[in-house]
Amino acid sequence: MRVAMLVTHIRPEEKLLVSAFEAQGITPDVILDRDLNFDLLGDADQIAPSGRAWREYDVVLERCVSTSRGTYALGVLNSWGVRTINSFATARICEDKLLTTLALARAGVPQPQARVAFTPESALQAVEMLGYPAVLKPVTGSWGRLLARVADRDTAETILEHRQTLGDYHQHIYYAQEYVQKPQRDIRAFVLGERTLCAIYRTSPHWITNTARGGQASNCPVTPELADICARAAAAVGGGVLALDLFETPDGGLVVNEINHTMEFRNSSAPTGVNIAEAVVRFALEGAGVQA
Amino acid sequence: MITLTAQCPECDADVRLPDGVMQNELISCPECGVELEVISLAPVELALAPDVEEDWGE
Repeated sequence: MRVAMLVTHIRPEEKLLVSAFEAQGITPDVILDRDLNFDLLGDADQIAPSGRAWREYDVVLERCVSTSRGTYALGVLNSWGVRTINSFATARICEDKLLTTLALARAGVPQPQARVAFTPESALQAVEMLGYPAVLKPVTGSWGRLLARVADRDTAETILEHRQTLGDYHQHIYYAQEYVQKPQRDIRAFVLGERTLCAIYRTSPHWITNTARGGQASNCPVTPELADICARAAAAVGGGVLALDLFETPDGGLVVNEINHTMEFRNSSAPTGVNIAEAVVRFALEGAGVQA
Repeated sequence: MITLTAQCPECDADVRLPDGVMQNELISCPECGVELEVISLAPVELALAPDVEEDWGE
């Protein structure tokens, strides 16, 4: 059984995962994305930076903090038939909020209303069709970066002008989302395959509740309703090792906000009492045909 | 267990590496708070961690 972990660098999550693999008697090869140099016309006989052929790996666990490097590496490896977690197809959808929205919509999974437009003028129309307040987001990006809650037309015009003037072309894809009046918290659910392993509330007085932005984690019970919407959302993007962000709506429902495919979980094992790293490793090994 | 230490490239403080430290692990300098990457374990060598890029995240 050979495992590689593809990383940008070692964060607490990667350290926990290496330990969890070692507890199963497996020492993963840690491969840095900065060392990758693929011959795109080659195949899996190509030698990885670890010194082994990529073909030798039963599974490659992609844990890059650099989304672009991780996704393209998955694309290369999957095209060569190398098994990865997650798959390129799943990563490609999850890294892009627009593609995620489309996948969830096709599957009928509840989510906030969302629109896309490509000029400041049409984006203003999109925001006003959603109503104020609305949220403007980059289609790619994480950790709550460059999210804007737009309270009124003045704010919308200002943000749109700044994005058009200062941003690269990614910032000119105006993804606008309905603002959900959530109860000072959202839900982060950890899903393996289509099974919800555990979940946390992320509580913050700020409307952005990411733990990377100071949101406080506490245990969230996995109710049948939560497990059901998570299973359907995970299936909609192809399944895998996923972290789903959900909002509780004022009418008591749940909507899926976004799906993360290289999740952070350093703050989540303690409140949930679930060893997430161990569960991820077991999932990876079982998928590779090893009874862990 | 041997305690590994190295100098912070930003402020020259002695940085004690955590037990079980891994190559390419990110740590913080306890003196100046800068984020560091352990780029080598033998010998121990620290470098400033790369700046967060636009596509970094989950």
